[in-house]
Amino acid sequence: MTPTSGPDDRLAPALRTEALEQLLTERGLIDPAAMDAIIATYETQVGPLNGAKVVARAWTDPQYKSRLLQDGTAAIAELGFTGPQGEHIVVVENTPTTHNVVVCTLCSCYPWPVLGLPPSWYKDPAYRSRVVREPRAVLSEMGLDLADGVRITVRDSTSEVRWLVLPERPAGTEHLTEEELVPLVTRDAMVGVAKVTAP
Amino acid sequence: MEGIADMGGTEGWGPVRPPRPGEPVFAEPWQARAFALALLSIRVSGYNVDAFRHATERLDRAAYLDEGYFGRWLNAAELVLTETAVLAPTAVETRARNLRGEHAAEPPAPEPVRPDYAPTAPGSLRTVDTPAAFAVGERVRARDMSPPGHTRLPGYLRGRSGVVELVQPSALLPDTNAHFLGENPQHVYSVRFDSRELWGPGTEPFSVTAELFESYLETPS
Repeated sequence: MTPTSGPDDRLAPALRTEALEQLLTERGLIDPAAMDAIIATYETQVGPLNGAKVVARAWTDPQYKSRLLQDGTAAIAELGFTGPQGEHIVVVENTPTTHNVVVCTLCSCYPWPVLGLPPSWYKDPAYRSRVVREPRAVLSEMGLDLADGVRITVRDSTSEVRWLVLPERPAGTEHLTEEELVPLVTRDAMVGVAKVTAP
Repeated sequence: MEGIADMGGTEGWGPVRPPRPGEPVFAEPWQARAFALALLSIRVSGYNVDAFRHATERLDRAAYLDEGYFGRWLNAAELVLTETAVLAPTAVETRARNLRGEHAAEPPAPEPVRPDYAPTAPGSLRTVDTPAAFAVGERVRARDMSPPGHTRLPGYLRGRSGVVELVQPSALLPDTNAHFLGENPQHVYSVRFDSRELWGPGTEPFSVTAELFESYLETPS
């Protein structure tokens, strides 16, 4: 990136980031290797594939689904998914008549252990401000048109509790195995702004 | 506080951005570095997650919005490091100017003043000895309060009534923890609000839930 000059000659964030990293490293306050490890974790290990594995397990194992809805944190930990922003995860089920959609109006709280870092639309002021006020319109703009009778619950993540949506298993997937179901489950469906569709 | 961060129900933000398939976790390399630096800055400054969130809320509108999500993390990291005197106020800007070829004298490193604070346990979950004041199914009202510091009671819920849906695990109170004034653990409730209570009688029917700390709530008169 090239440095930019705004009206107040604000330095580009890439340059300020490099400056901050240098200053802290020179003083021995941070270890660049620790930074690399954090970045690698969220680029390659902790992402929506984790949540997809949880959902596919719940779709194929009724006892696991029961445990997941009863104590999401523990059932998710069974699959090895724990860590920051996952102290207490509550799983809610979307059905043909009830639809949950998750937001954090105050910042961008998100269940990192199962979904990774949030996508850009989740952090956008338009989503954060509007989904608690006109969820049907917001969902429609995002490509999800819900039938009139569907009851919508918007989950505003105001404490350290994190929400994960268990999407509906789509019709026509009865013959698929757990492993075959995993790639169908999208991040957007696990936040509640999309449905899972059959291949 | 009523800062830019308290966005629920505010207007003028335009259309939402539909999901983009295959979006990278970090669109640019600096965003990844800024994210990791911000996480580490919490420890380096002696702050906690709540104090870091409060730093983000205290950014001005441009610092909060203009460089996006990771830009605000970077700016909050710089704020917590300068207000604890880990870094001099002009240190980052001066170094950045020198990185782009200027020859400015860099300020000496000050003596850090970290908060006198130690968590009683990792994370935010804590036990509370007193019984929960509210039960599932009970009608409650979010207090119409406007604290000057950090709070996790969004503006759009203040003064509004709802029903307790779940009693969540008790946790330390961000309002005091963010200011190093004690953990003050409390019961936490998921409260369900009707859309018409929040936005008026003509609103489409739906519900909003939020996790609210016991001191945010009262029994409606």
